Amino acid sequence: MDENSATRIRLKALESRSVFILREAFNQIDKIAMLWSLGKDSNVIVWLARKAFFGHIPFPLVHVDTGKKFREMYDFRDRYTAEWGANLITGDCPPVEEMDKDLPPAARSAARKTAGLNSLIEAHGFQGVIAGIRRDEEGTRAKERVFSPRGQGNTWDVRNQPPEFWDQFRTMVPEGTHIRVHPLLHWSEIDIWRYIGQENIPMVDLYFAKDGKRYRSLGDQDITNPVESSAATVDEIIAELEETDVAERSGRAMDHEREDAFEALRARGYM
Amino acid sequence: MSATTIQTKTRPIMRVAMVGHVDHGKSTLVGRLLKDMNALPAGKVEAVAAMCERRGMKFEWAFVTDALQAERDQGITIDSSHINFSSNTRDYILIDAPGHREFIKNMISGSSDCDGAVVVIDAKEGVREQSRRHALLLHLLGVRQIAVAVTKMDSVSYDEKVYQAIKSEFSLNLQNFDIEATRIIPTAGLNGDNVVTTSENMAWYDGPTLIEALEEFREASDAKDLPFRIPVQDIYRFDDRRIVAGRVDSGEILSGDTIIFSPSNRRAIVNSIENWPNENKLATAVSGDSIGITLKEQIFVERGEVISHADNPPVETNVFRARVFWLGSRPLSAGESYRIRCSTAECGVEVESIEAVIDVAEMDSINNEQVPSDCVGDIVLRTDRMLALDSGCRIVIADGYNVVAGGLVDTEGYPDQRQVRTQKATNITAVEHGVSRKIRAERNGHAGGVIWMTGLSGSGKSTLSVELERQLFARGYQVVVLDGDNLRYGLNANLGFSPEDRSENIRRAGEVAALFAESGFIVVTAFISPYREDRARARNAATENFHEVFISAGLEVCEERDPKGLYVKARAGEISDFTGVSAPYEPPETSEFEVDTGALSVDASVDALVNYVSVRFPLNSN
Repeated sequence: MDENSATRIRLKALESRSVFILREAFNQIDKIAMLWSLGKDSNVIVWLARKAFFGHIPFPLVHVDTGKKFREMYDFRDRYTAEWGANLITGDCPPVEEMDKDLPPAARSAARKTAGLNSLIEAHGFQGVIAGIRRDEEGTRAKERVFSPRGQGNTWDVRNQPPEFWDQFRTMVPEGTHIRVHPLLHWSEIDIWRYIGQENIPMVDLYFAKDGKRYRSLGDQDITNPVESSAATVDEIIAELEETDVAERSGRAMDHEREDAFEALRARGYM
Repeated sequence: MSATTIQTKTRPIMRVAMVGHVDHGKSTLVGRLLKDMNALPAGKVEAVAAMCERRGMKFEWAFVTDALQAERDQGITIDSSHINFSSNTRDYILIDAPGHREFIKNMISGSSDCDGAVVVIDAKEGVREQSRRHALLLHLLGVRQIAVAVTKMDSVSYDEKVYQAIKSEFSLNLQNFDIEATRIIPTAGLNGDNVVTTSENMAWYDGPTLIEALEEFREASDAKDLPFRIPVQDIYRFDDRRIVAGRVDSGEILSGDTIIFSPSNRRAIVNSIENWPNENKLATAVSGDSIGITLKEQIFVERGEVISHADNPPVETNVFRARVFWLGSRPLSAGESYRIRCSTAECGVEVESIEAVIDVAEMDSINNEQVPSDCVGDIVLRTDRMLALDSGCRIVIADGYNVVAGGLVDTEGYPDQRQVRTQKATNITAVEHGVSRKIRAERNGHAGGVIWMTGLSGSGKSTLSVELERQLFARGYQVVVLDGDNLRYGLNANLGFSPEDRSENIRRAGEVAALFAESGFIVVTAFISPYREDRARARNAATENFHEVFISAGLEVCEERDPKGLYVKARAGEISDFTGVSAPYEPPETSEFEVDTGALSVDASVDALVNYVSVRFPLNSN
């Protein structure tokens, strides 16, 4: 088997499972929305939704706006909302002063997004929120379920997660709680870029190198740093990822402040 | 940025679960494996060592693989970690699953889609309850390649006798579950003996190292060659097209194929296999693909139905056996009701009976009344609607919000009800009778009806029916007996004793009984009629005056009588599918009348029956 067909078969398997998960979520959960952070994983799940539903996005896309995203990201959002006929819901985030003082500075800043998301969920009564997190991104995300129940106050109880096997998911939602649905949990960063290449999925330009630097992961402007790179095309990014041993989220300040900072954020409802 | 320009390496992926009793050295073995495969990022070990020093803890390899705060505090893995490394030939994902019994559900969640597994056993501790439990659960989950690492061999001075003793004990345990370990490897995680490099301390062992045993695991083969199945996941109406969506479970579908939906039994022809965003429709789809199809004709189908080819459909039944692992906090008991899911089908289910409980702790069968938490049992399930199943297919049971069990279906011994449920002829119209039941009853002197006896072979049905017929006739009743054996000489001569033929036998008997009853007769039937669903169908055919009479002599009594010598033959294996011995008998839940011929004499039994009929079907005074 040549390399290209091996890649196509792998991507087909990943895509089919994600489509199955999205269709389960849409069928089983009444009020559901998809988080659209405008990052690469997020654009891939929107694309997968259009695959699952034959060009349609049958639920709202939610952009929790910290107000501190890159201008390129806002332009991207407005262009593709119109092009894809999406129902976009945006929500603002409270100021950083209202966030938990015990969190380190970058994590405290990132916590704004959680607070913004929580009030959106409450305002719209969402019972399900689809998010594009992956197991290989970060240690605590590796422990996640595909259908991950959130408690009262949107908390994640990692110690008491429901069993999940054979793609049979816990889809029922007790009053006052919601379920996070993770259709990309089984993908890796390089799978994402190979799929972006295969499907020609549009991406924010910031991912592609300019002047020897590019962003590998996109967050708020003030807590996200570019990495050294000359990868200016999707193919070059894939080639770069095959060689690198630098962690994907190394440019995300909140992951590196304290060993438990990210876990603390996630327990409170961060993606 | 087109697909053809991507020239990148895609390597096969092997997912392997690491399981075993708590504290048996699993994480140390994994840590060592990663180190020796050069899979640890630069500085990782040093960082963990520094963390340990800061917290005043002894360095452990386990900390390298554990990412969660809570896990470091407790020193046990709570949920599965996913760890990546590569060999020369492929990429590995190791699922480091918790060994503690409390976290079995996490072990199962982490391991369910693995291609292989390693059960880790501490050389000093030997085989323990969780070693057996994990192996059995993995097997039921579908993980069919299991290697065993006997670890901490350094703690027993690399003694071959210790290894051999564990090897023979555990092999025997696994044999009881129909499992054969691919390899049993003596290792020591701390020094790396037989992990990646061959141990000099165990020259007596000439088998593979752990990594060599992993390299022997085969990647999952696809289910393309099995019969075609898609469970319907949803029906969409987009852009004026009605699309049936689902994931191909097994087999292959081609555009233009004739398909059948079960259990609705509706047929259709595949018009197209959709392919967004491509304009060209797909010609074919194979197992694993999530697809959407449109049909040539618009038929009503819904989520939960199973699509197959018309010539190779699944079994339709509402009662079947399953081997399940039970995760509920309360034990599983007969008579309890839950929700069951089989792929996308979901309905109510009752636990009809528990046939066996497999005890991994003591390795012998314990009481069969309940399946305790984290244990495995063979149970009979009865669903509240018809399901389309294949033997070996997977079911899960849900209690409230949570999935509490998973299991494999065994349809052996229960009939496929597709034939008896299917009306083959079309364009038929029922004719109204010119003579009403009422006028017939006036002429006959009594109403017509069915006395449907059911019970084991040898319970006395034939004897009682003949005597009942004689006495009722003497009293002036229009009465006739339908006997199982007699019908099999004529009307049912083309039927055997398979579950399906038995169902058809009873379906025909039920229809004939209904016709006789309609014409004013009292029909007394004497069929074992072991399946509850079949008797319900006979009751429906008769529409009214149907009386189910349970001839309730127990198996022991019947076997002792053995009037036709059949039990002896069945026990000797000369007759297969013999009710009560090698095929199930489902006693009535709510029969109109019961006669226990084990307790009553023949005369007393007949008296009771004559009395019952006289009261239910009183004679007119003419």
